[in-house]
Amino acid sequence: MKICVLVKGVPPVGTERLGADGRIERTTLEPNGADEYVLERALQLAESAGAEVSLLTMGPESATDALRKGLAMGASSAVRVGDPRLAGTDLRGTVAVLAAALRRIGPDLILAGTDSSDGGAGVAGPAIAARLGLPCLVNASAIEVAAGSVTIRRPVAGGLETLRAPLPALVVGTQLLGEPRYPSLRGIMAARSRTIETWSLADLGLDAPAVSTIVTGSAVPPPRAGAEIVRGDAGAVADRILAFLDARGLP
Amino acid sequence: MAIDLSLTPEHRLVTESVRDFVAAEIAPHIRGWDERGEAHREVFERMGAEGYLGAPIWERWGGAGMDYISFGILCEELERADTAFRVVMSVHAGLNSLTLLQWGTEDQKERWLRPQAEGRKLATFALTEPGSGTDAAAMTTTARRDGDSYVLNGAKLWISLADLADHFLVFATVDRSLGHRGITAFLLRRGMPGLETHTIHGKMGIHAGNTGGIYLTDVRVPVEDRLGEEGEGFRIAMSAIDQGRFTVAAGAVGLAQACLDASVRYARERRTFGEEIGRHQLVKQMIATMGQGIEAGRLLCWQAAWRKDRGLRSTRETSLAKWFCTDHAVKAALDAVQVHGAYGYSSEYPVERYLRNSKAAVIYEGTSQLHTIIQADYLLGYREDGALRCPPVPSQPYLDAE
Ligand SMILES: Cc1cc2nc3c(=O)[nH]c(=O)nc-3n(C[C@H](O)[C@H](O)[C@H](O)COP(=O)(O)OP(=O)(O)OC[C@H]3O[C@@H](n4cnc5c(N)ncnc54)[C@H](O)[C@@H]3O)c2cc1C
Ligand SMILES: Cc1cc2nc3c(=O)[nH]c(=O)nc-3n(C[C@H](O)[C@H](O)[C@H](O)COP(=O)(O)OP(=O)(O)OC[C@H]3O[C@@H](n4cnc5c(N)ncnc54)[C@H](O)[C@@H]3O)c2cc1C
Repeated sequence: MKICVLVKGVPPVGTERLGADGRIERTTLEPNGADEYVLERALQLAESAGAEVSLLTMGPESATDALRKGLAMGASSAVRVGDPRLAGTDLRGTVAVLAAALRRIGPDLILAGTDSSDGGAGVAGPAIAARLGLPCLVNASAIEVAAGSVTIRRPVAGGLETLRAPLPALVVGTQLLGEPRYPSLRGIMAARSRTIETWSLADLGLDAPAVSTIVTGSAVPPPRAGAEIVRGDAGAVADRILAFLDARGLP
Repeated sequence: MAIDLSLTPEHRLVTESVRDFVAAEIAPHIRGWDERGEAHREVFERMGAEGYLGAPIWERWGGAGMDYISFGILCEELERADTAFRVVMSVHAGLNSLTLLQWGTEDQKERWLRPQAEGRKLATFALTEPGSGTDAAAMTTTARRDGDSYVLNGAKLWISLADLADHFLVFATVDRSLGHRGITAFLLRRGMPGLETHTIHGKMGIHAGNTGGIYLTDVRVPVEDRLGEEGEGFRIAMSAIDQGRFTVAAGAVGLAQACLDASVRYARERRTFGEEIGRHQLVKQMIATMGQGIEAGRLLCWQAAWRKDRGLRSTRETSLAKWFCTDHAVKAALDAVQVHGAYGYSSEYPVERYLRNSKAAVIYEGTSQLHTIIQADYLLGYREDGALRCPPVPSQPYLDAE
């Protein structure tokens, strides 16, 4: 059983900045938070069902740090699709490139996060499944695999639903899958010997994807004045917030 | 290209994952633990599960096989959260386990080091006594040879993890008239008849840690649990301290960093005379000085780590790092309280805890006075490192490269 986890390298949450060119700066990248949850489940499946977990990302050189963390958590191999011609690729292009890389990897099960902390479209996973013509199960809070099939559970209005699909398939998992592990020191050391493959567009037999969406402007909203920051003991903070709301007749 | 100060991807990962660990397992609770004086052994056990307790020990003996820069980062990040957790690294990994790696027989490594490196047993180091600290050779704990074993009698005090540790590296003299040449090292475990421990209450800081005493009454230790030769204990203790001091130095950088982080945050929030207090020159001076010592100290730690990684003697470099970094951490903590004004004087902010914790490190692992003397003696030519029967060993990445 080969599981491939789609891991996007994103700027550490809270440090994101728009660069001079109006794009998000991507000098330091770490694994997208949502992707760590599906990776955790993949690693558990590797331990219990003997699956082999690989990682796939598309992104600049700095995205290798995100992959390295995934390897240190326990994934056995990783591929980065990186090519100077991919800078500025939009969602459609990203999906085309990741789908082509997945064709080459040939996993039985593809796992993706719900959305990225920087782009936040929340559609890359399903769009890739559509492009590859694979069954797509979304919003999974539990994932199990058996010979030839994957079963998920997901919350729906009024209860929980269980769905099954034949493999190969793509599953989008949520944080309900459970807290991701930290890379242990042994894991970090073991990952040293695992190489991260880099594939170019040429390796995938692709041309530079046509950009169909155009960023027509980007701006940082000016900070709002008059904010009060309260810190310290939770009780004291709560009191201060209540007093603040009270003074304004809220709620 | 002889000097390269860039960190490897592994170093960055260690930083990141220890920060994640600390944020989840320590930071949310530390204020309460410190106020109530609670040492949480289960957190030490989780540190073991993450491989922290065996970080610098070769994989062959159950460790994580890390280099000393990584080990330093680990200590720095742990003490950035709270001193108690770095202390565990100092006594368990630094003073005890690395000493076993250097001086232990294969059999001792199998029986004592492996369970420690795998995080299954917690270990500490017992040199200090009620009547002897800096002058360690004045110890009165005795070891009398009796057939295939030694019989130990005496008391050890100010021992970190005394009430929690499973394994103890204990020093005793086989003949007090021999001075430091009579001192011998022994491996003891909890549960041995005649070994009792207690906790010291009323410490100024490190309330989330455990410090106490060990009483030895006719404790029988088999000869195979003597570490090194008879009379070699003083050298073993000193080489253990070369490791312990490194962890203390790196930890002190983390404590100073925590002081700086808190002070910068506060200086950007608190306003007086219509400005953030960070705009006042005298506050800037405190912030700048904190940063200055942190970076200089970190470089001194890296210098010591550079030597240790290669299995080179580092007594002088480690003492220098320990002296500088711990003195600086006390200053940084004093200034951090000052930057916070009255709020710094209350447990609502962490800086008063940093100040209380920082003071211990200029006392243990050699007082600042002792390090001043050591450094002067090296400079004056009064002190030279003699050869050791068991020289320092390289860290695993350097061993593998050889
Ligand atoms: C005109 C334009 C220019 C852009 N320029 C750039 C640029 O220069 N650099 C840049 O990095 N982005 C750029 N982007 C954004 C980039 O196209 C999107 O981030 C990308 O399409 C994925 O969308 P998302 O982040 O919203 O993913 P979502 O749909 O929110 O992601 C869902 C899941 O899909 C998977 N996934 C998504 N993206 C990747 C990935 N790259 N690798 C592996 N798995 C992934 C993850 O599992 C993730 O959790 C640009 C977008 C536009 C519209
Ligand atoms: C929290 C904590 C944890 C500890 N953990 C451990 C542990 O795990 N294991 C362990 O073995 N010990 C431990 N210690 C003990 C510590 O190592 C000793 O306290 C230290 O060595 C100093 O010894 P002392 O307290 O007896 O002070 P003393 O040696 O009595 O010194 C008193 C003062 O005299 C000064 N002084 C002494 N000799 C000289 C000299 N020659 N020249 C100039 N000044 C001098 C000292 O600098 C100091 O200011 C711990 C101590 C503390 C506070």
